Amino acid sequence: MFKQANWNERLIFSLGRKGRRGHVSPKVEEKIKRIVGDVNLLIPENMQRKSQPKLPELSEVEVVRHFTRLSQMNYGVDSGLYPLGSCTMKYNPKINELLANLPAINMVHPYQDEGTVQGILGILYKLERWLAEITGTHEVCLQPAAGAHGEFLGTSLMRAYHKLNGEIEKRREIIVPDSAHGTNPASAAMAGFNVVVVPSDEDGCVSIEALKAAVSECTAGLMLTNPNTLGIFEKNIEEIARIVHEAGGLLYYDGANLNAILGKARPGDMGFDVAHMNIHKTFGTPHGGGGPGAGPVGVSEELAKFLPVPRIVFDGERYHLDYDRPHSIGKMRSFYGNVAVLLKAYAYILSLGFEGLKEVAEVSVLNANYLAKKLKEINGLTLPYGSEKPRKHECVLSARHLKSETGISALNIAKRLLDYGLHAPTIYFPLIVDEALMIEPTETFEKEELDRFAEAMRKICEEAYTNPEAVLKAPHNTAVSRLNEVKASHPRNMALSWRMYRKKK
Amino acid sequence: MKKLKVSADLVLILTVNLLIKRSHPYIPNSLPEIKKEMMQEIGTESIDELYADIPKKYHLRKPLNLPEALSEFEVKKQVEGLLSKNKTCSDMPVFLGAGCWPHYVPAVVKEIVQRSELLTSYTPYQPEISQGMLQALFEYQSMICELTGMEVANCSLYDWASALGEASRMAARLTRRNEILVPKIVHPERLATLQVYAEPAGIIIKQVAYNKETGQISLDDFRNKISDKTAAVYIENPSYLGFVETQVDEISREAHAHGALFIVGIDPTSLGILKPPGDYDADIVVGEAQPLGNAMNFGGPLLGIFACRDDLKVIRQMPGRIIGMTTTLDGNRQGFCMALQTREQHIRREKATSNVCTNEALCAVASAVYMALLGPEGLRELGETIMRKANYAIHLLSKIDGVEAPVFKSTHFKEFTVNFDGTGLSVKDLHKKLLERGIHGGKDLSNEFPELGKTALYCVTEIHSEEEIERLATVLEEILVRR
Repeated sequence: MFKQANWNERLIFSLGRKGRRGHVSPKVEEKIKRIVGDVNLLIPENMQRKSQPKLPELSEVEVVRHFTRLSQMNYGVDSGLYPLGSCTMKYNPKINELLANLPAINMVHPYQDEGTVQGILGILYKLERWLAEITGTHEVCLQPAAGAHGEFLGTSLMRAYHKLNGEIEKRREIIVPDSAHGTNPASAAMAGFNVVVVPSDEDGCVSIEALKAAVSECTAGLMLTNPNTLGIFEKNIEEIARIVHEAGGLLYYDGANLNAILGKARPGDMGFDVAHMNIHKTFGTPHGGGGPGAGPVGVSEELAKFLPVPRIVFDGERYHLDYDRPHSIGKMRSFYGNVAVLLKAYAYILSLGFEGLKEVAEVSVLNANYLAKKLKEINGLTLPYGSEKPRKHECVLSARHLKSETGISALNIAKRLLDYGLHAPTIYFPLIVDEALMIEPTETFEKEELDRFAEAMRKICEEAYTNPEAVLKAPHNTAVSRLNEVKASHPRNMALSWRMYRKKK
Repeated sequence: MKKLKVSADLVLILTVNLLIKRSHPYIPNSLPEIKKEMMQEIGTESIDELYADIPKKYHLRKPLNLPEALSEFEVKKQVEGLLSKNKTCSDMPVFLGAGCWPHYVPAVVKEIVQRSELLTSYTPYQPEISQGMLQALFEYQSMICELTGMEVANCSLYDWASALGEASRMAARLTRRNEILVPKIVHPERLATLQVYAEPAGIIIKQVAYNKETGQISLDDFRNKISDKTAAVYIENPSYLGFVETQVDEISREAHAHGALFIVGIDPTSLGILKPPGDYDADIVVGEAQPLGNAMNFGGPLLGIFACRDDLKVIRQMPGRIIGMTTTLDGNRQGFCMALQTREQHIRREKATSNVCTNEALCAVASAVYMALLGPEGLRELGETIMRKANYAIHLLSKIDGVEAPVFKSTHFKEFTVNFDGTGLSVKDLHKKLLERGIHGGKDLSNEFPELGKTALYCVTEIHSEEEIERLATVLEEILVRR
């Protein structure tokens, strides 16, 4: 059975010896030393650092060993199935890493003369065009660093649009379904909007009646994920778009689930005015334990003038950075975006082409439906909201029955899955499913690994009836057993840095 | 015999091509027979049936205008070919900084962040199987605290600019006030980002004038502008134009006397030798940790620093992921997990302190490795090396006729202003001539700070050699003499 490395690796601060060093910076030439002299004579007395920072002192060897051991106590897509729903944890092609680590990109400064960066500008320009084509939008901006950052750009564009129309004082509300990702309401609030929640109907889709009741002259827009977080396509999308647009609002596409419809259908064609993409989900770039990702935003022609500066333009011969956009909202961050990540997306699209991207979508949907079929047959699990209806790229099962019959919750199942060397699904989301297990296998896992997952789920649910203790006390095979997460946030114990920990001790 | 071999190769190639067509290397289940097995299990005839719920009118009818799929070799060739049109910092000395800086990234850093268990993991929602990432991020947070003199740091925001945006909103929430004072000398991109973050929250940005001689914040103007409406006072150290702001104690005192928070933006490479903001009572520290072990990559990803004091009221308003120390439920073993998630969007939704989820975690790991490699002595040496080399460049450039470096009479760390008013050439023209001679000049400030005349911002770090710095001075002189 799976057994994760358990190094019991101490904090880096308690390793090493005073005086050891892991790296030597380039030396200062003697002539410079002689001419410039002692830096402490240059720095005014009140601005000198008086005591050294308490950083660890380690040799290069110890640093490598410490972090290698840490890496062995971590689980990635390369370790096995990582079926976190709405996170699209797919395989990250190695060639893309190789390309993104070339000096020809690593060593390029963002303010270099345009003539010296034509290569990367061309790549970014083409990537914008491809992403616009894939989403059916008019223009794409690569600046946002992550999906939520793209959402904030999207809601800021909605703000700019209504402001220019002189309606921002009135249009204070953004509507989100009750199944929406938490980032949607949070991004709406960041751009200064109030959030109105509309319930889902018995099919798991936006309730049309509720939406009609929710829109008014106060509506700035609707944020929608399609397929939604249940993995169900919002089949009434045409009517939804009509209702929102007739009320004078804009339609925002949360691209977290774009993987399901790549090359099959496009948000722009469905009437969405703004759409973000998660490069680190749909376009196969690694998530890095929480970033860096990239969250480009595509917009309709009408909204293009509000996009952040600079825009990359092509005059037929050369690429330029254009800052002259009077209606631009400004900037979401410094420079142009997470370029190293975007470069990987460029290579990813090249590796797949149109047919390949369509295949990505189709197999991701096939895999999800295959797992849904196998899992809903397990005693204790159900597939709420139309058990027989096809899902798209993900499915949400409920462990409600299992919990009421055995006391074993979705959380317990998740922890027990880790013992099998499988990552757990997203749990307790979407909020409209009790004891939710949200499963997204993606297209990059083979049938054998999906079968292994289904089999592990079956065994765990069986164990819930026969030997619940084993599940309740899981995980057993990970680097550490179940952690006290409440303690980490309790004011008495809270240690958010080594410094705070020392103080508490 | 030879002929036979050729045809065997041909068959092999054809077979491989066919296989790729049928089964993409990234998509194991794209093999038709597996698809069939799986469809049988589901009870569906075709994959199209699984898409039947998408209204017909939205089904794509024709192929998208995308490139033809390429093999790995072809992808590599094409991308390398395009990238070879770039000129890099190893092709020519580049004297650019201004928010993204050329520094050396040790081989160890690259090696660790390519470890696939770290690289291909998600945000550590299941801490028991993610201890490696969690501990590395906790160590990053801890080292940032040591360096800045603060007590709590989050595990990263997107960059310095967005961290400043978040800080302004946090200050407004904490003080229930709506003005932020920002120096007139600030990076325009940071200011533009701050505006996007601040405006919807009703925060008004007021800029404080600077002393024309020294560049330092004008305390008179500062005292005129600070009031009981001020949520926060923001300064940068070193400033955008490279000099050290020395009035930090006075500014901090005044800000606090008015009940405002004191936000300080930093370049962490300076903190081996410069007084850390914790020592002048900063409430929030923001900054850019790209120089700590992350490549420039044409400006992204970057790594936003966000740190504050150990005050529960303040901590509860922090944006972003924070990793905390805890124990196993049985209390036997120390471990790490995400802390204070009730601040975050997936729980608090529209009432969250920020919408941030994906941040720059792997860049934070890179910085943790970098800081661990250098240690306290290495960081001090790095700071000294940078400062000496930058000041050597100042020394040489200021001797050139018609050139003034720096514009401000203050201490400069790694960046400095160079004024060309006395040369009769515009910065643009001069830089063009420099580039023709294989040197990339600094950032042209002529449009950003017209009051400074024909001025550029130059940056020198540990990677610039004596020879390169001297070449810059010599070539500049040559260009000017030749006129």
